[in-house]
Amino acid sequence: MKKINFYFVIVLATATMAITACNKDIEGRTDNIPALTPSNIDLNAGTWKPVLLTSPSEFAVAAPGATNTPDYVAQINEIKSWQANLTSDEKKIVQYWSAGAVLRWNEILRELVAKHNLPPYQNEDGTYPIPSASNPLAYPQFPFANPPYAARAYAYVAAAQYDALIAAWYYKTLYNRAAPYKVDSTLKVLIPKSDLPSYPSEDAVLAGVATEMMKLLFPGDQDFIQQKAEEHKRARIIAGANVRSDIEAGEALGKAVAQKFVARARGDRAGAAVGNAALWKQMADECTEKGETPWISLETPKRPPMLPLFGKVKPFLFDSLTVIALRPGPPPSTSSAEMKAEVEEVYYQTSHPTREKMRIIDFWSDGAGTYTPPGHWMSIAAEDFIRKNFSEVRWARNMALLAMTEMDAAIVCWDAKFTYFNPRPCQMNPNIKTLTGVPNFPSYISGHSTFSGAAAKILGHLIPERAAAYEAMADEAARSRFYAGIHYNKSDCGVGLVVGRSVGDYAIQRAKTDGAE
Amino acid sequence: MKKLTTQTAVVAMLLFTMLLPHTLSAQTDIDALMMSKNEFCIGPMYSYSSWKNYWEGTRKRDNQNLGTVSTKMLSVMGNYGISKTLSVLFSTSYVKTKASAGTLQGLDGIQDLSLFLKWRPFQTKLGNGKLSLLGIAGVSVPLTNYTPDYLPLSIGLHSKTALGRLMVDYKWKDFFATASATYLLRDNIKIDRESYYTTEMHNTHEVEMPDASNYNFRAGFRNQRWIAEAVVNIWTTLGGFDITRNNMPFPSNKMNATTIGANFKYVLPPLPQLSIVAGGNTTVAGRNVGQATTVYGSVFYILDFSRKSTSTAPTLKAN
Repeated sequence: MKKINFYFVIVLATATMAITACNKDIEGRTDNIPALTPSNIDLNAGTWKPVLLTSPSEFAVAAPGATNTPDYVAQINEIKSWQANLTSDEKKIVQYWSAGAVLRWNEILRELVAKHNLPPYQNEDGTYPIPSASNPLAYPQFPFANPPYAARAYAYVAAAQYDALIAAWYYKTLYNRAAPYKVDSTLKVLIPKSDLPSYPSEDAVLAGVATEMMKLLFPGDQDFIQQKAEEHKRARIIAGANVRSDIEAGEALGKAVAQKFVARARGDRAGAAVGNAALWKQMADECTEKGETPWISLETPKRPPMLPLFGKVKPFLFDSLTVIALRPGPPPSTSSAEMKAEVEEVYYQTSHPTREKMRIIDFWSDGAGTYTPPGHWMSIAAEDFIRKNFSEVRWARNMALLAMTEMDAAIVCWDAKFTYFNPRPCQMNPNIKTLTGVPNFPSYISGHSTFSGAAAKILGHLIPERAAAYEAMADEAARSRFYAGIHYNKSDCGVGLVVGRSVGDYAIQRAKTDGAE
Repeated sequence: MKKLTTQTAVVAMLLFTMLLPHTLSAQTDIDALMMSKNEFCIGPMYSYSSWKNYWEGTRKRDNQNLGTVSTKMLSVMGNYGISKTLSVLFSTSYVKTKASAGTLQGLDGIQDLSLFLKWRPFQTKLGNGKLSLLGIAGVSVPLTNYTPDYLPLSIGLHSKTALGRLMVDYKWKDFFATASATYLLRDNIKIDRESYYTTEMHNTHEVEMPDASNYNFRAGFRNQRWIAEAVVNIWTTLGGFDITRNNMPFPSNKMNATTIGANFKYVLPPLPQLSIVAGGNTTVAGRNVGQATTVYGSVFYILDFSRKSTSTAPTLKAN
C-alpha cells in the first residue's frame, strides 16, 4: 500500500514536471533573424526604372549640411546620449528593424490584412453593411481586407517603397554623405556597417512611404502604424546608422513619393469595385440569357459578390486592354456533360478526404482572418529573400515585382470571374460538402491558382534555383482548392494556373528591363 | 473451443467496441467513487451534444451558415482498482461532428487517450457521515493526427494535457456532496498553417495553448443500487483571446463554459456486475463556445480479477 502511494506521487510529480518544463514561448520564423548584411549595396540603384516616378529626382531633396558643422556634431551627440542608457526594449527594437525594413513593413502590412480580412456580419434585414473609409472604426471596420483588396494594398505599398528607394539611392550617390560611424569613429554601431551613403536614410524613406500609404489603406490603424514608424526611425538613430537629418530627409522623401501613389490609387477604380444591387442582378441576368446557370451566393443570408468590378481596376504591369486579352475562354457550359463530369469529380474528391489532403487544404486555405493568398506568397518570398542578403533597394524591387504581379493577377482573375459568373461546385451539387469556407464569388477561374501561378513565375525568375519548388507550390495551392471542394479541377484550377503564369510573364518582362539585372 | 461464459462474452463485446473507431468522455475521474482491489470496470459510452447558439467572445449569436453543430461521441472507459484507495482509469473516444446548414463538411476520427490515477489518501468519520479526500492526476494525448484548426468542426484541440485535481466528498446516510478543483496544463499545438492571427500575427505553425481550470460540484443520492446527482461544472480557460466579430473560432480562444446537469446510475439487481448510467447537461453561461446541450448513456460491467472468486457482489464502492 505505502509503496503504491509512493509510486503514485512519483508519477504525478514526473508528469507535472514534464509538462511544466516544456517551454511555452513560441518564436516566429523571422523574430530573431540576424541583421541584414547585403552582399551588394546596389550603389547604382538610382538608375533603375521606377514604377510611377518620371525620374529619380522628381521630388527634390535638399543637400545635407556638412559633417563638420556644429549642427551635425549635435546630431552625433544625440546618438551618443541614446546609446549611453540603452534599455532592453530599445535593443530589441534595433535588433528587430536591423533584419531589414522592407521585410518588416511587409510583415506589418500582412498583419493588418489578417486583422481586417473578415466579412461583415449581416444587418437585421438580411442585407450586409459595407465598410466605410470615412468611418473606419465603426462596425464593420474599414477595410474588409479580402484577397483583391489585400493584393492591391501590398502592391501600392511595395511599388511606392521601391520608387522611393530609387530616389533615395539617387540622392545618396549625389550627395555621398558618409554614415555617422564613418564621420565619428568613436561612435558605437549596433548594426553591420555599410559603405552606403546615409543621406537620405533608406529606413526613414520606407517608414515615410508606409505611414502615408497606410493612411489610405488602413485608416483605422494609425496609432499602430505611427508607433511602428517612430520605433523604426528611433532604431536607426539608436543604432548609430543615421543622424536625425538623414532620417528627416528620408521620411519627407518617402511621404512625397507616396503621395503620387495615393493619387493613383484614388483614381484606379477600386473605390467603385463593390458595385450595387442593380449591377449584381444584371450580372446574373446576363449569365441566364446566355443559357447558363448563374452563380449565387451560398451564404445565408445571401451576401453580395465580393468586389465584382475589381476586374476594371487599373493594373500596374499592363493596360486594361491587356486584362481583356488575358481573359481565358469560357468554362464548360453549366449544362454540358463536361461540367457534369467536373462536378462529379469534386463530389468524389470531397467524399474521400485524407489527412494529407486536409493538410494541403489548411496550409493554403488563406481564408478569413488570414493575410490572403498574395500575403502567403509574400511570406514565402520574404523567407527566401532573407537568405539571399539583398540590399534594401533590391528587396523593395523584388517585393514590388511580386506584389504588382499579385494585384494584376487579382484583376485578371476577377475580370474572368465576373465575366462568366460561373457557379461553385456545391451550387451545382448541394451534396458536396467543402473542407474550407466557400468564397463568396464566382468559381471560374480559381483565385488561388491565378495568384500562385503568377507568383511562382516571377519568383522563379528572381530566384532561379527555386523555380521548380515555386512551381510545385503553385500546383499544390491550386490543387488544394479542388481538394477542398470549392473549385473544379481542370477548368478553375488548371486554367487559373495558366492565366496566372501569363500575368507573371509580364512581371518578368519588366524585371528584365528595369536596370537591376 | 471452450464454452462461452457470460463473462467472456461480455469481454469479447467490450473488446469489439474498443476496436471500433470511437471513443468516450470519462465521468469517473470526476466523481468520488473508488473501485475495489483488482476489480476492473469497463464500458462504452455514447454522447450527443449540440448547439445552435454560441458566444462570439461575450456576444451571443447564431450562425445560419452552420445551423446546429452536433458532436457524437462513442467512448470506451475503464477503471481498475489497484487497491481500495487507488485506481487507474482510462478513456478514449471516437468523435464525429456535423453542421446542419452551410457547406462545411463535418469531421470524424479517434480523438485522445486519457489516463488518470485516482487516490483516496484520507477518509474519516465526521459527524454522522464520512469525509473523504481524493487526489487525481491525469494526462491525455491525441491518438491520431487529426487537425485542431477546423473549429467548430474539428474533433478536438490536439493538445497534450496534464491535470491535477483535488476533491472533497462528504456522505451522510445515502446523501452526498462532492466538490473538486482542477488545474489543467496544456501543451502547445501545431497547426498546418504557417501563420495565424490572434490579437497579433504569429509566423509559426505552433500555437500556445492557455491552461485551464475546472470546478465541479455534485450532490445527490448514492447507495449500492442507485446514484442520482445534480452537477454544476465551471470550466475556465486561463488566457486566450476572444473570437473577433464574424470570425471563425481558434484553438487558443478563451473558451469558458458553465454547465448544469444531472446523472443517474442504476445497478441491475439480477446482474450486479452491470450498471447503467445516463445523464445530461446544458450550458448556462459561456464565452467562445457553443451553448451546448449534451446527453449521454453508458453501460458498465465489472470484472473481478482478484483470485478469490467471480461471484462477489458488485462494487463500485458507494462510500
